[in-house]
Amino acid sequence: MTSSLGLAGLGRRLVGVFVLVALMLGLFAMFAPPAMADNEMVRTRFVYTDPESGERVPAVGVLVTVDDSNGEFVGEGESDADGVVEIPVAGPGVYGMTVDPESLPEGVFLLDVERATALVEVLPDRTGQAIFQLGNEDEVGAAATGRVTARAIVQLTVEGLKFGVFLAMAAIGLSLIFGTTGLINFAHGELIGWGMLWAFMFNFYGFAGIFGFMEGWPAPFGSGVNLALAIPIAVLFGMGFGWAADRFVFRPMRIRGVSLIAAMIVTLGLSILIRYVYLFLFSGVPRFYRDYTAQSAIDLGPIQITPKDLITAGISVAILIFIGLFLQQTRMGKAMRAVSDDRDLAESSGINVQRVISVVWVMGGGLAALGGVFIGLSEQVSWNIGFRILLLIFAAVVLGGLGTAYGALVGALVVGVGIQLSTLWIPTELKNVGALVLLIIALLIRPQGILGSKQRVG
Amino acid sequence: MDFSFVFAIDWGFIFDQSLKQAVDINAIVYALAAIGLNVHFGYAGLLNFGQVGFVAMGAYGMGLGITYWQTNPALAVLIGIIFAVVFALILGVPTLRLRADYLAIVTIAAAEIVRLMARSTAMRSITRGAEGLNEFIGPFRELNPFTPSAEYGFGPFVWSGNRFFTVVVGWTLIGLFLLLVWQLMRSPWGRVVKAIREDEEAARALGKSAYWYKLQALILGGVIGGFAGMVMALGNATVQPDFFVAPLTFFFWLVLILGGVGRVWSPVVGSIIFWALITFIQNLGRQMVDDGLIPTSIMDTTQVDQIRFWVVGAALALLMVFRPQGIFGSREEMALDAN
Repeated sequence: MTSSLGLAGLGRRLVGVFVLVALMLGLFAMFAPPAMADNEMVRTRFVYTDPESGERVPAVGVLVTVDDSNGEFVGEGESDADGVVEIPVAGPGVYGMTVDPESLPEGVFLLDVERATALVEVLPDRTGQAIFQLGNEDEVGAAATGRVTARAIVQLTVEGLKFGVFLAMAAIGLSLIFGTTGLINFAHGELIGWGMLWAFMFNFYGFAGIFGFMEGWPAPFGSGVNLALAIPIAVLFGMGFGWAADRFVFRPMRIRGVSLIAAMIVTLGLSILIRYVYLFLFSGVPRFYRDYTAQSAIDLGPIQITPKDLITAGISVAILIFIGLFLQQTRMGKAMRAVSDDRDLAESSGINVQRVISVVWVMGGGLAALGGVFIGLSEQVSWNIGFRILLLIFAAVVLGGLGTAYGALVGALVVGVGIQLSTLWIPTELKNVGALVLLIIALLIRPQGILGSKQRVG
Repeated sequence: MDFSFVFAIDWGFIFDQSLKQAVDINAIVYALAAIGLNVHFGYAGLLNFGQVGFVAMGAYGMGLGITYWQTNPALAVLIGIIFAVVFALILGVPTLRLRADYLAIVTIAAAEIVRLMARSTAMRSITRGAEGLNEFIGPFRELNPFTPSAEYGFGPFVWSGNRFFTVVVGWTLIGLFLLLVWQLMRSPWGRVVKAIREDEEAARALGKSAYWYKLQALILGGVIGGFAGMVMALGNATVQPDFFVAPLTFFFWLVLILGGVGRVWSPVVGSIIFWALITFIQNLGRQMVDDGLIPTSIMDTTQVDQIRFWVVGAALALLMVFRPQGIFGSREEMALDAN
């Protein structure tokens, strides 16, 4: 490469980096405490079955903390002789009560360790009830084996499909980027976090969170908006992030001739950098969106599902079908598949490969952002969820066939259903381990994945 | 601009700390882990993104040897080695026949899985969950020839007897493994491994089983990483799952790339530079926060500790683009061509 090109490229890259850093610093610039009020509190009662007497007895001295939906500390307490703990809160709203598992009596555990935090919606002048299920040593084992019923299988399959479509949206970008450029983007999890956190930002603060002077402007500029409006904005930001990442980081690297392995290590470095900027700006406390958080499930035949899960899963399926049609029918979609198949051949037949790659990054960024918001809505919003999801995405794309868009979809559904169903036999906290075991077995038996073709792997 | 803040900072303390950390147990652990990584990436061209998993395996193997199987220290170390070997087999057997990036994907995931397993309630009776193993140090302390209450060393490099023992053991291990790597890479075995890194097809055409050599390299580097974990366990007198978080692997990578990939000495040099720099930055940051030079509205003391992740992430990315051979490496020794 000539040095003049290198310098110009460096300049453009720096501008891009500055834009990204400025945007990231704008993220969550301010947090306003909620107004104080009177009688609201969060309450829970800890009871478990004593393995010797078989009676339900209160768990004494269990430590809990309560945070508001901003993750700000509200109060803490200890369960009394009846196992009851009550913590006054500042006003109506959604609160998270977190149990310190270490403070549970000897031999008593949370039945579902992933639910150490319970969401409580506190209405004006009411007490919000948090529910924690405790089990003794026998029950923690029994929970893993004793509830294989047809109903449980159906319910878990539905939950798995729901998570699978979210995962598929997040995974398609990674798979398409790999297909068109050969790069495995280890920072893809940060694209997921990006959407999740921006949606939080707009949900609570609007654009005024970045541009202070907009305070007092109408929503979404001056104040937070309903999540339904915050999501499209977050997706737009995700697309922008994807575009900028390609334009200012990865395209200059391709032009410079940085090898793929070096580029992979670059994505690793970027992923740590971005993830810890998220931690700095968002703090380590998981939080929840302001809307649609504490919903009760509705009965649909044999299954129970919250309306928000139903709607987000529906939107995801629609978008996945749309992506499929796009890849199959449009010129750009065909060009993407052509570049994935054979980049040189595609280029020589007149396809603008750089443009295709750019579109792939924009699509991947937007889809990852949307997947991130939906996962944040169905679980919680946290700074490092991207990394956890990234491992599942890897399992999904390798299982489905690395580099194929449909493979990512199939793999994600298999992983989603697989990890949910695996909780029938293994403890919930280890369900992601199952996904990895699946990945390793798949590599042994069919390394090209379910939909991959053989010459890709060797 | 007012530069009087320069005098408010205790530079002597910062420099002493930086010098000491450059050769202390952390630097030893990172150097050993990076020596292992050098065998993987520098010589065999293997993309191991889960070196922290090997470190965890070594630490847990040794710790469990004492607390769970009640063995003597020598057998416990052997168990640590076996854990690392088994981990290498689990990762290597399915992936080493495939393209390089499959190993990367599987290792990064497997290392995190090891941590999740170790801290899970299901394994609590063995691994003690998040509290970790705390009762294995006794038999090792009995081997300590130094007086625990005495202080050893000079200048900023002063350790209590127990810590000094670990430091001596650690640097001895580094010396032994450097010697081993140096001799191995000059041997016919090392030449085959490097040939596979350069051109796998050509090596296969000469009748060498690339798969088998790569697996051996993965095991060797993994065991060296396992020793890093054992030194870490001895230094901390405890093994906790949350020592082994994923970003640690990329600290090791930075250490390796800083020194220069594919050079025998580079991991040690990289580790010394890394720890001196990181300690300097963190202590300076903490003091600036304490003295009010950085307002707490921008950053508090716990957040200063996050700076290292930014530095590592940015440095890793920038080094790979602008100077992939690090300080002492040569570009010819870099296995950077995919496929």
